[in-house]
Amino acid sequence: MTTQDAGHINLNFKNRVNEALADQELRGNFRGAMDFLMQKRAAMFPDQEDLEALRKRGEQVRNRCLQQLPDLLEQLEAQCVSNGIQVHWAETAEQANNIILGIMRDHQATRMVKGKSMASEEIGLNHFLADHGIEALESDMGEYIVQLDHSTPSHIIMPAIHKNKQQIARLFHEKTPGVEYTEDVDKLIGTGREVLRQKFFEAEVGLSGVNFAVAETGTLCLVENEGNGRMSTTVPPVHIALCGIEKVVQSLADIPPLYRLLTRSATGQAITTYFNMISGPRKPDELDGPQEVHLVLLDNGRSRMYADKQLQQTLRCIRCGACMNHCPVYTRIGGHAYGSTYPGPIGQVVSPQIWGLNNAGNITQACSLNGACRDACPVNIPLPDLIRRLRHDGNNSTAEGQTAGQGQLRKPAEAVIWKFWALLNRSPLLYRLTLWSATRFRKLIPSHIGPWTRYRSAPRPASKSLHDLMKASGTQTNHPTNQP
Amino acid sequence: MTRDYPEKPKQVYFFGTCLIDLFYPEAGLHGIQLIEREGIAVFFPPEQSCCGQPAYNSGYDDEARSVAAAQIACFPKDIPVVVPSASCASMIREQYPSLFEGSSLEQAARSLAERTYELTEFLVEVCHIQLKDQGEPVKIVVHHSCSAQRHMRTSHQTQKLLNQLGNVAVVQQERANECCGFGGTFSVKAPEISNAMVQDKCDSLMATGAQQLVTGDCGCMMNITGAIEKRGDQLNGKHVASFIWERTQ
Repeated sequence: MTTQDAGHINLNFKNRVNEALADQELRGNFRGAMDFLMQKRAAMFPDQEDLEALRKRGEQVRNRCLQQLPDLLEQLEAQCVSNGIQVHWAETAEQANNIILGIMRDHQATRMVKGKSMASEEIGLNHFLADHGIEALESDMGEYIVQLDHSTPSHIIMPAIHKNKQQIARLFHEKTPGVEYTEDVDKLIGTGREVLRQKFFEAEVGLSGVNFAVAETGTLCLVENEGNGRMSTTVPPVHIALCGIEKVVQSLADIPPLYRLLTRSATGQAITTYFNMISGPRKPDELDGPQEVHLVLLDNGRSRMYADKQLQQTLRCIRCGACMNHCPVYTRIGGHAYGSTYPGPIGQVVSPQIWGLNNAGNITQACSLNGACRDACPVNIPLPDLIRRLRHDGNNSTAEGQTAGQGQLRKPAEAVIWKFWALLNRSPLLYRLTLWSATRFRKLIPSHIGPWTRYRSAPRPASKSLHDLMKASGTQTNHPTNQP
Repeated sequence: MTRDYPEKPKQVYFFGTCLIDLFYPEAGLHGIQLIEREGIAVFFPPEQSCCGQPAYNSGYDDEARSVAAAQIACFPKDIPVVVPSASCASMIREQYPSLFEGSSLEQAARSLAERTYELTEFLVEVCHIQLKDQGEPVKIVVHHSCSAQRHMRTSHQTQKLLNQLGNVAVVQQERANECCGFGGTFSVKAPEISNAMVQDKCDSLMATGAQQLVTGDCGCMMNITGAIEKRGDQLNGKHVASFIWERTQ
């Protein structure tokens, strides 16, 4: 996903979906992985009441932090600066890329090693840096696999979840000189680790994301399992942390409930192997750590989300990926079909708000509003409501929000159909006339009606409608009297 | 999340839903007969049509609102409104209040939302219905709609009702909680994804070897039985109201 590609999320969406649906190996990979992840999460939350209480708490913590977001961001900046962290503000993806490039150039740096950062995917950092002669190497194992494959992450937590063991074995064998084909997972990881270890020492700059930025203390927290996050943020002499502005929390005390929800919801772990708390560059008496730490605070559409009361709920997200793990659509089409850095339900909500409905609004159609994501979300984001809201905004240029491209998805023919539908359903006479004709002439209803009958037989109207039956049965079709 | 239920009333309204009206009227009729058998007078305002959900889910709020307003006008008295569909019931309960927020109909929308019940929920929690199974032994599989499971949260009440039928064995399907792929306009706007979902649903339903599919939502039923028929498989679908009424005569 590059910023150049971002304008094309809508384009070929249907083709990507159809290709994914036809790929049986891909579908098997996702089905197996999602079933596994759902079971792991469920095992972590054996008590429904406890889970609901924890989700409520997570929601409240995130809401409280969002309510004071502007103040917390100022406090975070002041605290970080006093800790020796240099703070940069980026309103757009382009600004963020240029800030990062500027830091690289200040150090004549040409090699970057990266911990996992979806924000860096969002801004298309790797491609941008490559265009400027800088190699940015992914060190998270999933991201490393995806980069080796010249592909993009298909899941925000498990970037290479679309590949099975055999596919990864083939990839390593083909792309890494001198590596034998093996399906031994430990050996595969060992190969990646060997390549990366050298890169950690060579890189002048390490880049990471941020899971929680603590305003009161100016601490940047990073949740990870592989240790590559710690390596990326401590071995190279310069560390750049890229952080969406919504990631700020008030105090360290806010983290335990969110961290518990995050790891349990994401991978079904009680806790991750690493929890890094970065509070500044190396101090004179310290033996290790980077000499410089930069924090790049990224807006890229988040202020627009913040401005709308309903859409602001998008910013509660702690990026656990549980919504995609539980989504029956994501499970079948996988992450790449969405064409966005952020796939699945949260992606259907975030992507149109970042890149505009005109560029990314069509993906909101790939949702049956079944609500599985809403029930899985650790911070109670009403994802189906937000997806539906964005459908509305795509149809209406006068919608209240600030999302770009409002009204640009309106199809005149469809709008006319809904106008007619509304007329028919609010006028009892017309409605009953329609019922009357549909039941009397039911044999004339064609057996092929659009996409429905491609996969299903046509529904047959009854010979008598419920209205007819009511009239005939003598059931009281008047209004009740005032007696209780 | 838990709801307080009133005493059994003397009168209720029945909102038949547009899908039942045109395609499955007997389900509506049987729903009404079940309520009447409990000694409750049922009123069916003839001006009723659709809850407005198709337009609402497609993002056509103004159109949905105008149709919803017409339904609100159909049910003015302060008595329960029973709906033989968790999907349509949840549209009224969950969405009407926000759809009319700040308008002159806000209070009426809230009142309607508060007294709207899904049929099996009403029979179990308000009527405390006791069923006596007169039917032959049968093995059924139940599909609970997403609205019943995750919006109205009434699937356990449907289950309770079916459990009262001594000769009915309910068999379990794989991934019972998963959406059947209907989703209203989703089924025609994203037909390939919808199809992938309904094919998987059919596979797991057929694998149970059940003689009958029972569901409380006719949208799911139309989707699932339509796909089963197209595949050439044999599994008859029935609305839970008809299934219960026919066995308890």
